[in-house]
Amino acid sequence: MTDGGLWSEILSLTFEHLVLVAVSMLIAGGVGVPLGILLTRRAPLRGWVLGFANVMQTIPSLALFGFLIPIPLIGGIGKRTAIVALVLYALLPILRNTMVGILGVDAAVRESAIAMGMTDRQLLWEVELPLAAPTILAGVRVATVTTIGTATIAAAIGGGGLGVFIFRGIASVDTTQILAGAIPAAILALLSDGGIGWIEKRFSAA
Amino acid sequence: MTAVEFREVSFRVSDRVILHKLSLSVAPGETLVLLGRSGCGKTTALKMVNGLLTPSVGEVQVDGRATTAWDAIQLRRGIGYVIQEVGLFPHFTVAQNIGLVPRLNSWPSERISARVCELLEQVGLPPGDFADRRPGQLSGGQRQRVGVARALAADPHLLLFDEPFGALDPVTRLELQNQFLALRDRLQKTSIFVTHDVREALRIGTRIALLDRGRLETLETPERFLNSLGPQTRAFLAVLEDKLQSPTPEARP
Repeated sequence: MTDGGLWSEILSLTFEHLVLVAVSMLIAGGVGVPLGILLTRRAPLRGWVLGFANVMQTIPSLALFGFLIPIPLIGGIGKRTAIVALVLYALLPILRNTMVGILGVDAAVRESAIAMGMTDRQLLWEVELPLAAPTILAGVRVATVTTIGTATIAAAIGGGGLGVFIFRGIASVDTTQILAGAIPAAILALLSDGGIGWIEKRFSAA
Repeated sequence: MTAVEFREVSFRVSDRVILHKLSLSVAPGETLVLLGRSGCGKTTALKMVNGLLTPSVGEVQVDGRATTAWDAIQLRRGIGYVIQEVGLFPHFTVAQNIGLVPRLNSWPSERISARVCELLEQVGLPPGDFADRRPGQLSGGQRQRVGVARALAADPHLLLFDEPFGALDPVTRLELQNQFLALRDRLQKTSIFVTHDVREALRIGTRIALLDRGRLETLETPERFLNSLGPQTRAFLAVLEDKLQSPTPEARP
């Protein structure tokens, strides 16, 4: 393979990796944040949902990808299965931080809001979510950085992404190939950590 | 016509009795002080007026209607509420904090800003200096002034105070008490004021209700309260005498 070929493959696999992570994070955020909000309103559900998310986190990632393959509809070989697994991993930090952030809002502030005649919806959008935003974003940041790393394993079940380089490099004992996968993944992780961290700071200052 | 009426109100949390058959009424324009030790049920009673809590037995009426029959949101928007921790929204400016209830009631924005300026003047904070600050940039006394302004914003008939000046230093507390009295004389609002400070109760109340372990012991004007014979009332007045008897330069022979 020529050098030009390697660079263009790095570019296309990085893009594929990014799509994998972005789709997973959008779903995890779309499920995790509303579910986290729901848990602040329904205390009895907390143990069950957090327990489920916790158990998901303890399953080794390679094993989870493997477990999902035989499951109909969400399983099989390819991107869909990879995204399901990545969402399951990203869920816990987002869910937990949403809940902790909202429950951490000063009781006096919440009581004032209610006593002034805010509806539950106004309380959520005008008080709880803005004040919990830095905590929620911290959860999104942790989840994103972890997902960028974990997504390299997606290649093992045909999900593509930068893991393709890494698995190929391991199989052929080719350090260049491993680095071609690992370095862009590390750069992506650093960039998203910095980027989301920056947004987080802006929200904390407000 | 009474502004607020407690009718045989009891409140229990599991087996603990917090309030027992409390009956009292608050006339329009008066300042009723609920006085008592920690855990006597005074805050619980206050929170029943704006529906933050609901009686286990009996009912609380506001403007002749039981709180349970009111739409909770409408009831609360018509009642100002000031608490010791103030509870200003840290992500809002002072002006946004004060203008909240008017905004929830969809006042036009020019009317809200005019009202905010007027209120800041009334509580002694120059609007030009304070309107755009955030609560984190205020002292404790300034924060509580904003808290009072916020409670007055939508011109409610009824104000509830839960130990509003309890966390302030004595000098600031006196300033705010004086301001409270000045505002009351000007605005003629009905207030219910919770405190454990008997001096504050005597200064501020038009009537004082002393609660002891969930029961009403005494309900008197400040003058008659001083001569009341209830054991808990005597205990509170003893605090006062104790302070008066402490050696002061004038008292020495």
